[in-house]
Amino acid sequence: MIYQGKQKIWSDYQKDMPEDGWFYARSCIRQNFFPASEKYFLTICRDVLGKDIIDNEHHTTCGGISYHSDTIPQETAMTIVARQFSIMTECGCRNIVPSCITSFGNYTEILETWREFPELEARIREMLWKSCRREFEKPEYVAHASDLMYKWRNEIAERARYRLVDKETGEPIRVVEHIGCHYSKMFPHKGIGGAEYPCVLSGMINSWGGEMVDYPERRHCCGFGFRQYLVKANRGYSISNTHKKFESMEPYHPDMIITNCPGCPYFLDRWQYVIAEMEGRTYGRDGFGIPVFTYEEVAGLVMGYDPWDLGLQLHQVAVEPLLDKIGVEYDPKAKYLGLNRKDIMKPELPKGLRCF
Amino acid sequence: MDFGFRLAPSSAINLDEVDLELYRKAALLEPDIRICMACGSCSATCTASPYSGMSVRKVILCLQRGRKAEAASMLRNCMLCGKCTMVCPRGINTRHLILSICRVYDDGEGGK
Repeated sequence: MIYQGKQKIWSDYQKDMPEDGWFYARSCIRQNFFPASEKYFLTICRDVLGKDIIDNEHHTTCGGISYHSDTIPQETAMTIVARQFSIMTECGCRNIVPSCITSFGNYTEILETWREFPELEARIREMLWKSCRREFEKPEYVAHASDLMYKWRNEIAERARYRLVDKETGEPIRVVEHIGCHYSKMFPHKGIGGAEYPCVLSGMINSWGGEMVDYPERRHCCGFGFRQYLVKANRGYSISNTHKKFESMEPYHPDMIITNCPGCPYFLDRWQYVIAEMEGRTYGRDGFGIPVFTYEEVAGLVMGYDPWDLGLQLHQVAVEPLLDKIGVEYDPKAKYLGLNRKDIMKPELPKGLRCF
Repeated sequence: MDFGFRLAPSSAINLDEVDLELYRKAALLEPDIRICMACGSCSATCTASPYSGMSVRKVILCLQRGRKAEAASMLRNCMLCGKCTMVCPRGINTRHLILSICRVYDDGEGGK
C-alpha cells in the first residue's frame, strides 16, 4: 500500500480535538475508588499545562450506571444528561469531557440517538424544562478525559520528573493496558484508533518511556459488566472474566496495568485479592500482584507527585515494588497516614496476596 | 475463603497446546475441510440439528480446537441425508466430509 493511502486510512482513526472550552464532567464512582485521579487530571491539565477546563460543583452523575444496570429507562438518563448540558451551557463551555468511560459512552449514545430521532430530543428538552426550567445547547465535541491526556501527553513528558524505565537496568517498564469497553466498542469512530487500534493509553505509555506489552485477552472485558457484578449471584461471571485476563497476561510478566475506566482498575485491582484468597494464585513477582493504575495516577507519578497524595495507598495491590523499580521517592511510613500526617490506623492486610 | 460466588473454569483455548492430529488426518483425506468459512448453512438445513445438536460447522470447529470427544458425540447424530451438501456455498461435499472424519475416528483416533 502506498504511504499516502496508509496515512489517509490512519487519519480516519484520529480525533481532532479542540484545545479549549472544556466542561469537566466527573464520575459518580471514581472519587470513591481512586479519589485523587480526578483532582490530578485538573491539577496537571488545568493548573500545570494551563488548559481551559471548567469544573463545576452543580453537575451530577450522568445516570449511565443506572441505565446500564437496568434500573432507569433511557429517557431518564437522557434528561439527566440534558441537565448536565444545560450546566455546561451556563458555564460558557462548548465541549464536554467526562471523566468516566461509561459517561463518555452514555453522552455519545444519547447524542447519536438524538441525531437519529430529533423528536426524542424535543421531548427531552420539554421534560427538562418541566422538571427544572432549564435549556441547553448540545456540546460541539465530546472527548473522554484520557483523550485529552493523550493529546497533551508530550507536554506532560516534557515536564516529567521520572520516566517509566527501570532505574537499575535502564530497560522500559513493561506495561499492559486495559481500555474500557464503553470507550470505542460502542462507537468505534469516537475513540482514538477506533475499536481496532485503540492507542489512547499505549500512546501515553510510549511517550512516558514505558513499553506496551501485547497479550491474547488484551481487549477482553475487565469483568465488571454492571449486572455481572452488581447482582451477587452473577459475581462468578465477573471474577471469571478478570481471572481469564490475568491468566492471559501473566506469562508476559507485566510490571503494571494502565486503565482509563472507573470499573476496570477497581476490579483488576480488587479481584487479585479475591483470586489469591480463593485459589492461592498471585500474578506479580514474589507473591505480589500486578499493580493497576488509572492514567491520571501514572501521569502524576511521572510528574513527580507524592504517591500517597495520588491515593496509591488505596489500591489493594501494593505499588511499592514498581515505585522502587522506577526510583520514585516516597515515605513508606506515611502510607496510611491521613491529612497532616494524622494517624488514622492501618488496614488489616490480606494473607494470600503479599503486601508491604 | 467463601465469598458466596466462585470462579468458573476458563474456556480459553491455547492453540499451541491442543492436539490437532485428527484435524490434520481429516484434511489429508478431505482437503476441502480447510475451505469451510463457517457460514452455518449446513447447520441451518440439518434435519438432526434441532433435536440432537448436530452441526457440521461445529464439528469442524471442534476438530480445529482439538475437542475430539465433542465432535464425535455430534457426528453420531448425523443421518447422512446430504441436505448440508446441497446448500454449502463453498461447494464442499459435507456428506463425504462427515464420512471421512468418521473413518479417521474408526482408525483409532479416540472419541469413539
